[in-house]
Amino acid sequence: MHDIYLDNNATTKVDSAVVDAMIPYFTEYFGNPSSIHRFADGVARAIKKARTQVQELIGAEHDSEIIFTSCGTESDSTAILSAIKAQPNRKEIITTAVEHPAILNLCDNLEKEGYTIHRMPVDKCGRLNLESYKHLLSDQVAIVSVMWANNETGTIFPVEEMAALANAAGVMFHTDAVQAVGKIPMMLQDTKIDMLSISGHKLHAPKGIGVLYLRRGTRYRPLLRGGHQERGRRAGTENTASIVGLGKACELAIEFMEYENVQVKAMRDKLEQGITEAVPHCFITGDLYNRLPNTTDIAFEYIEGEAILMLLNKAGIAASSGSACTSGSLEPSHVMRAMQIPYTAAHGTIRFSFSRYNTMSEVDEVIRVMPGIVANLRKLSPYWEGDGPVANPEQAFQPTYA
Amino acid sequence: MWDYSDKVKDHFFNPKNAGAVAGANAIGEVGSISCGDALRLTLKVNDDTEIIEDAGFQTFGCGSAIASSSVLTEIIKGLTLDEALKVTNQDIAKELDGLPPEKMHCSVMGREALQSAVANYRGEVWKDDHEEGALVCKCFAIDAVMIEEMVWANKLRTVEDVTNYTKAGGGCAACHEDIEAILEKVMKERGETFNPTAAPIEKPVAAKAEQKPLTNLQRIKKIEEVLNALRPQLLADGGDVELVEVIGNTAYVNMTGACNGCQMASMTISGIQQRLLEVMGEFIKVVPASQMPTKLVSIEGVSHA
Repeated sequence: MHDIYLDNNATTKVDSAVVDAMIPYFTEYFGNPSSIHRFADGVARAIKKARTQVQELIGAEHDSEIIFTSCGTESDSTAILSAIKAQPNRKEIITTAVEHPAILNLCDNLEKEGYTIHRMPVDKCGRLNLESYKHLLSDQVAIVSVMWANNETGTIFPVEEMAALANAAGVMFHTDAVQAVGKIPMMLQDTKIDMLSISGHKLHAPKGIGVLYLRRGTRYRPLLRGGHQERGRRAGTENTASIVGLGKACELAIEFMEYENVQVKAMRDKLEQGITEAVPHCFITGDLYNRLPNTTDIAFEYIEGEAILMLLNKAGIAASSGSACTSGSLEPSHVMRAMQIPYTAAHGTIRFSFSRYNTMSEVDEVIRVMPGIVANLRKLSPYWEGDGPVANPEQAFQPTYA
Repeated sequence: MWDYSDKVKDHFFNPKNAGAVAGANAIGEVGSISCGDALRLTLKVNDDTEIIEDAGFQTFGCGSAIASSSVLTEIIKGLTLDEALKVTNQDIAKELDGLPPEKMHCSVMGREALQSAVANYRGEVWKDDHEEGALVCKCFAIDAVMIEEMVWANKLRTVEDVTNYTKAGGGCAACHEDIEAILEKVMKERGETFNPTAAPIEKPVAAKAEQKPLTNLQRIKKIEEVLNALRPQLLADGGDVELVEVIGNTAYVNMTGACNGCQMASMTISGIQQRLLEVMGEFIKVVPASQMPTKLVSIEGVSHA
């Protein structure tokens, strides 16, 4: 069987229609969109078209609310740094404990500079407590930044409701929506979301292109100052080919939105059902009833994720893990820790993330090989004996300096 | 994905001696479940000869943890306990054709399991003598706890100090921000303020620039002096340096022992260069002897040809 790619939350294959749309902007129309000659002819128009394609996917009211950036991280940094720069008297930021490092590490850094960071905890299913959120909102808060969907578990946060609450309290609201855009429908003009980050390579556009949605009227300070590009809100010569590609990818995402939420979801559901039935001592993490249609994150107890990934890779299956070892850090994923998943399970979490290119026969293949991989590693595990975990595993095996 | 050697992959995909040894009389359990690595080593030791007759492992951990455990059991089978105790984590890593710096702790865990098992056999209690922190310097695999301890113990003040004492930060320099944060924290605890432009604690040897230009013989003697002064440091790291030839302002040296091929070699060379400049007041370019022109032709030789 061919190799099976189930790591679409990490990055996606660029759609061939996207590649085709981009090529002329490398070869023929390579001119600078600001130039006045035939090499630039049509380039500015192509960017304008891409802007409306993005606008349509996210339901923005105006195309001028779309600012092209270099990536999701740039959009995140721009949003938060803009908010604190525009409101120098507000010294607090509200976010969650399970954000992407693009937000968390920036906030850690701002904390060192004297900002108070409220990192809202989540429950064991990865859900936020909106009551405590309401109490955090005040005129001291510069911005709320809450991800639309979690990259590891796919859990969706109620950002529309949270944005409305923030708006009522006079607080700006940003959402890192890189995992959500293109997978679930959205209509930003009906929300109070002020800023939103998009990353092209998560929806079959190339890497190196992102978007910051900036609601008209939101106070704003650019991160990059320089030329007049993007109406002076993001200086730097436009990445024209990638902008055109992202526009095409957004158009395709609208076309496949229903497919994503029916067929792709069916593949995901079958995979997790098949695995949890065939493998003992594993469970699905996150909010099972409120998730992206393409993502499942399964914790395999008593074994470690990187070892699972290496065996999956050998079987031609690509996925990812929240274990410490895959990242080179000492702690398992902060998302798993925030959900209080025990260490013996958190290290063995495997995320399978689908796209429209996957097929049901691929799902069958993964269900076929997974039980053997888990069983083989459990044979090596000090927490496992025969057909099940040792009695009281945490007590039975207590290594020194645990 | 980690860049694992074929040996690591082989030991991971086909682990040797997996599972507990029946009738084991020495058991070592080490690791840290929060780090995602834990290892139980079971040995069957001959009570008369103290030879390890059988060894088995059970590991909760990543590919390199399983490979390190597997290769450890292969190394120690047939050794006496005293011989086995001489196995270092470097030996384990070497047997695997190396491990990525982030994964060196897997080999450390193997060695510790062995020590723990031997202590268990001898009725002693093994105590871990180091705490592991987050990896700061990826070039030389130095963690935060180690850096913090050295900053405390030696009253270090600058990133340069930390590099001199621990090697951390001596490679790609990407971790300098993290090292500064550690310095800031520790210095605050001891009531000082971190100043990035402070002089290193170890003042360089008083730089007394020679007034007159040196003759070649004087230059060679001076270079030898400087190398002799640096030698103890190199020997401590298991390496050495030998002066081969001096041509004009270029000194050709042989790096031997651990220095040879070590990724520190280029840094050592730049360190020697720096010290030569301080002591001699003139720039001497230090070049590995391997790069010496193969045939030394004197100018007279050329003009008479």
